[in-house]
Amino acid sequence: MSALVAVLVLPLAGALATVALPGRAARIAASTAIAATLAAALALAAWVAARGVPRLEIGGWAPPVGIAVEADGLAAAMIVMTATVMAAAGLSARHMLAPGAAGARAAFGFWPLMLLLWAALNAVFVSRDLFNLYVGIELLSLAAIGLVAIEGKAAALAAAMRYMIFALAGSLLYLAGVVLVYAAHGALDAGLLTDRTPARTDGLALALMTVGLMAKTALFPFHVWLPPAHGGAPAPASAMLSALVPKASFVILLRLWFDVMPDQATEGALALMAALGTAAVIWGGLAALVQERLKLIVAYSTVAQIGYLFLVFPLAGGASAEMPWAAGAWNGAVFLALSHGLAKAAMFLAVGQWMAARGGDRLEDLRGIATAMPMTAFAFALSSITLVGLPPSGGFTAKYLIMTSAFAAGQWGWALVMAGGGLLAAAYLYRPVAVIFARAEVPDSPLPSRGRQVVPLILAGAAVALGIASAAPFDLLSTGRPQAAGEGL
Amino acid sequence: MTGPTLYALTGAALVGIGVFGLISARHLLRRVVAFNLIGSGLFVFLGAAGARGGAADPLPQALIITGIVVALSASALAVGLVVAHARASGRPALPEEDEEA
Amino acid sequence: MTLALDATLCGLIVAVALATVLGRGVFRAIVFFIVYGLLLSVAWVRLGAVDVALAEAAIGAGLTGVLFLAAVGKLARTGAEAEPAPGRPHLPAALACAGLTGALAWAWFALPEPERPGSDLAAALPRAGVENPVTAVLLNFRAWDTLLESIVLLAALVGLWLLARDEDWHDRLGLPQHVRPGGVMESFGRLLPPVGVLVGIYLVYIGADRPGGAFQGGTVLAAVGLVAALAGLIRTPRVTGHLWRAAMVVGPLVFLAAGVAGAALGAGFLTLPEPIAGGAIFAIEIALASSIAVTLAFLVIGPPERGHRR
Repeated sequence: MSALVAVLVLPLAGALATVALPGRAARIAASTAIAATLAAALALAAWVAARGVPRLEIGGWAPPVGIAVEADGLAAAMIVMTATVMAAAGLSARHMLAPGAAGARAAFGFWPLMLLLWAALNAVFVSRDLFNLYVGIELLSLAAIGLVAIEGKAAALAAAMRYMIFALAGSLLYLAGVVLVYAAHGALDAGLLTDRTPARTDGLALALMTVGLMAKTALFPFHVWLPPAHGGAPAPASAMLSALVPKASFVILLRLWFDVMPDQATEGALALMAALGTAAVIWGGLAALVQERLKLIVAYSTVAQIGYLFLVFPLAGGASAEMPWAAGAWNGAVFLALSHGLAKAAMFLAVGQWMAARGGDRLEDLRGIATAMPMTAFAFALSSITLVGLPPSGGFTAKYLIMTSAFAAGQWGWALVMAGGGLLAAAYLYRPVAVIFARAEVPDSPLPSRGRQVVPLILAGAAVALGIASAAPFDLLSTGRPQAAGEGL
Repeated sequence: MTGPTLYALTGAALVGIGVFGLISARHLLRRVVAFNLIGSGLFVFLGAAGARGGAADPLPQALIITGIVVALSASALAVGLVVAHARASGRPALPEEDEEA
Repeated sequence: MTLALDATLCGLIVAVALATVLGRGVFRAIVFFIVYGLLLSVAWVRLGAVDVALAEAAIGAGLTGVLFLAAVGKLARTGAEAEPAPGRPHLPAALACAGLTGALAWAWFALPEPERPGSDLAAALPRAGVENPVTAVLLNFRAWDTLLESIVLLAALVGLWLLARDEDWHDRLGLPQHVRPGGVMESFGRLLPPVGVLVGIYLVYIGADRPGGAFQGGTVLAAVGLVAALAGLIRTPRVTGHLWRAAMVVGPLVFLAAGVAGAALGAGFLTLPEPIAGGAIFAIEIALASSIAVTLAFLVIGPPERGHRR
């Protein structure tokens, strides 16, 4: 229970400390907050696994008067994944965003924004209140926009501006849906809304919220802001933006469609969401194939990987909700979100170290980097295995679950998307992997310490471990899973 | 037509006007202004919903005050971005706009 | 009769909003937007939401308006104020927007009848520690929202400061105007602060049982600071000013500490036990109003900039 409060409070307290304290003290405060929040996240997951879903009515006021937060298995798993990525990004940023390396401005701003982003993510993952979620995603967006702009160059500012337009438009669409929900039902709490008498306006409300959250998740065709935004930020920021930020709005979508308003899920709407996901898989994959800069390849791969997540809607929602394959599809999608987060963060952190060593991220700049920095190259290769979905990685488990569900449901098309997307991922990741492992004259450049090189490897290893030891995360995920996602195959 | 209905329809109109401003404007400052129109239109709709049945419901009022503060925060960051982007690029508009309409 | 008044007001609001979007020139659009905000605050009074009316006038019209006007000034100095030519024909966009308005209007008439609005809230109010129900919601029932909202302000400010150029980082926070010595602005700047400070503190103080509160009062205090800075009475600080940074975080920090204290004492996170709720809310509001005032003023002033106010 106190772990639930701790994951909400600690990053906030850390952020306040990093704003108020001078340089060196601020960085110590940030490190302390990161370590403490990571510990709290692990404690929370252990609590949830052992004792079930903790629920907290904040201020002692039960909805509809107050706001309730709950850490179900989905929230706990996302919080642990977030904490892992944040800790790794924080370790990398200690060097990459030190005042000497990045300037006083970026060295000041990175830490509060990182911790605010973390606080917002945790707040979104556990919140049961639709308006509280609005405040949470606004906090998330503002912190993320600051991180996109942190480089300060014209390209970063344009990317941040475009991101801001999509993010604000998405927030307002979401808010429009929340306004309609409150006007119709006088309640904002997910639990109260599950038991509501459906109103005629609910379909419109859900549609508005969904489109808004899609824009924030960067689902095709709302993806145009993502590659420049994620590709232009410093590596630790890119890692957080690509691995974590889209997951927050995706989790809200899961909650809306499977928990709050499963009655509004029509077959057509569910299929449309998966169709957009399919377009994202194809478009993101093709765009990644033709990029010359490695960070953009990795960013376009996020566009494609987000697409997979939306295949969950027809496989686990609507009429499928009561079916035995629903749980597999739901678990698969969450598993994919988790393993993608770990693998994507590993990739961005590895590329960041290579850029520091070689001065750029064009593929020809990175030829043969594996000879100089084998651990990071191995991390990149392991992450690629997860993104392609090869065994024994977490990505494989996820795709296996979704494909089995698609076959069981007789919805073969979505299984084809899964398989085709895997081939595309293999194609667009083959190029960078081939280049970094190529034999080449290695220019003499200063290398990061082994301690720093091992950070991406730990993340990539975690993404693979998720596939090897999938039983424990499965049990965690099934804790407090919405009724609509039912029992397993 | 009752008072709340009148204000709700006004709110709906403001949302449409704001979205039109967002789509049609190229000057980024006007787009930020348009965001504020959309947000306030939604708040008017919510406030009207809270005013149905006589007494004003305090809960939506609190939500709206929160929303107004959040909108100002977002506007301030957006305006800062517009100025910084214009200083770096020389233009108060985004390049290659066609993909957004 | 009153319906006619409401109809006139609504017609005006829509017309001014249209003028904001369609009118030529960014400056004119912003002036229309400020007028729009003021009309809207009248609408809030008509809807029986006086707290919102205060917030709308002070924040929605006032500070947001100053923010936009200052941006026009800054854009002019970058030499990028020229309005880009409008692009393609907008008929499809106009139809889509009309559709959106139509959908919301349809939704209004399709809404179910509200069932016993606010009765749970009314039942909880006597235990909230304050009489103004809006303050009770903001500082007690939905305190988690309000805490996050005060953090949103801080996130926006950190993000805004990061937009400074590296070489300007150690300069003072930027304001667009120079003030003529002995001009109207300077006399206004000397006159307003004492009055404004009193009004701001009064608004925070009465927020417990009448319209007002930390956000409205903090905004008035921010406006006082802005006017004083514009009039040259005070110099804008630097981002490295640690007293100012402490002032930015004191509100959220006191709020968070109160929340954690509740959890540590066994009452629960952000739980204010009934006997001390009134006092606790007042303490939180004072700290919050200070941070809101400083943060809002800094948000309007903008990131550090070299080259003016030497």
